[in-house]
Amino acid sequence: MAAKTLTIDGKQITAEEGETILQAATEAGIKIPTLCHLEGVYDIGACRLCLVEVKGTPKLLPACTLKVAEGMEVATDTERLRKYRRMTLELLFAERNHVCAVCVANGHCELQTLAYSQGMDHVRYEYTFPKWNVDNTHRLFGMDHNRCILCTRCVRVCWHIEGAGTKNVSGRGGKSKIITDLNQPWGASESCTECGKCVMACPTGALFQKGSTVGESERDRDKLEYIVNAREKKQWNA
Amino acid sequence: MERIKIATVWLGGCAGCHMSFLDLDEFLVDIADKIQVVYSPIADVKEYPEGVDVCLVEGAVCNEDNLELIHKIRARTKVLVSFGDCAVTANVPAMRNQFGLGNAESVLQRAYIENAQYNPVIPKDDGIVPKLLERVQPVHELVPVEYYMPGCPPPADRIKALLGQVLAGQTPKLEGPQLKFG
Repeated sequence: MAAKTLTIDGKQITAEEGETILQAATEAGIKIPTLCHLEGVYDIGACRLCLVEVKGTPKLLPACTLKVAEGMEVATDTERLRKYRRMTLELLFAERNHVCAVCVANGHCELQTLAYSQGMDHVRYEYTFPKWNVDNTHRLFGMDHNRCILCTRCVRVCWHIEGAGTKNVSGRGGKSKIITDLNQPWGASESCTECGKCVMACPTGALFQKGSTVGESERDRDKLEYIVNAREKKQWNA
Repeated sequence: MERIKIATVWLGGCAGCHMSFLDLDEFLVDIADKIQVVYSPIADVKEYPEGVDVCLVEGAVCNEDNLELIHKIRARTKVLVSFGDCAVTANVPAMRNQFGLGNAESVLQRAYIENAQYNPVIPKDDGIVPKLLERVQPVHELVPVEYYMPGCPPPADRIKALLGQVLAGQTPKLEGPQLKFG
């Protein structure tokens, strides 16, 4: 592989041909904010958080899909980029109902963490308060479309790691929706292998494991009865 | 030295932010001789006074009383702080907005008629029960806000950080996890 020499944030670095700016920057210890990027899955440049400036190009380009080139001069942290990153985050928050206080992912959410790391103290756009439902038909997992940012990590892990192809996208723009099979309830899906990779991949509280949400903690009181029974009557039958 | 006039206001929220405010514990004693609390749910003052230096607003704007009060607050306050997620994002009180037009009527129907065990009636005495607005809104969508303090509720150290900077005459700035929603 041919080596390419380029500069990122004024730092001269060498990267292998075919690498992305995100990979090259990460190797050089330069951190670029990402959201739809997931290590181990191919990139699609959907979320626009990793946008960078490239000298000689008026457009901002996503670092996760942009390949390194000889002599490239890249900036990852300029006032213009910070402005657009914050704008992107605010639009994501305004587009669906991200109510952190009552979200299963509160404190473990990549959108929430990115928001405060980028200094988002409020959203300047009018909240849209769309009406979305929650698909709770699957026996193990749930999907809350209110929290979905359409990063398609779930779709990519489902198709390209699990190979099941259960998760898909329907619709256009902000009305796009993550669906299972041909828009069946998740619980009725025959292709889902119940592997849970989509839940692991989700950056927000859109996909979750059942039994972990507020008010879902169920107690197994039979266990207590079993122990008391064993102790008092010397019967160890479950 | 003249004391800084501070107000705290409770609009559509759960009072959790005010509980967090009381969680400031000995810091309240430390600042007691620098501030004067001129209006607050924990100080029995009926009318929001003129010439308030700093006002912490908890809660979203949910009803006609909230709306009237927030405009009065803005007109009579130098520095307005959106205090907690309901003020900053409209948060849980705004979840009814998702039901679209007529959401106010349908939540009242659900709360006071469908779920009522005794005497099902929607309270609506004029001048006593303020009318719900069609849309719950965060404070800054209605009046300009100087500073934002997210959190549900903002922990005491976050309130302390911001108030400490304000009292020291600095422009307050919260950063990193001090800006966490939820």
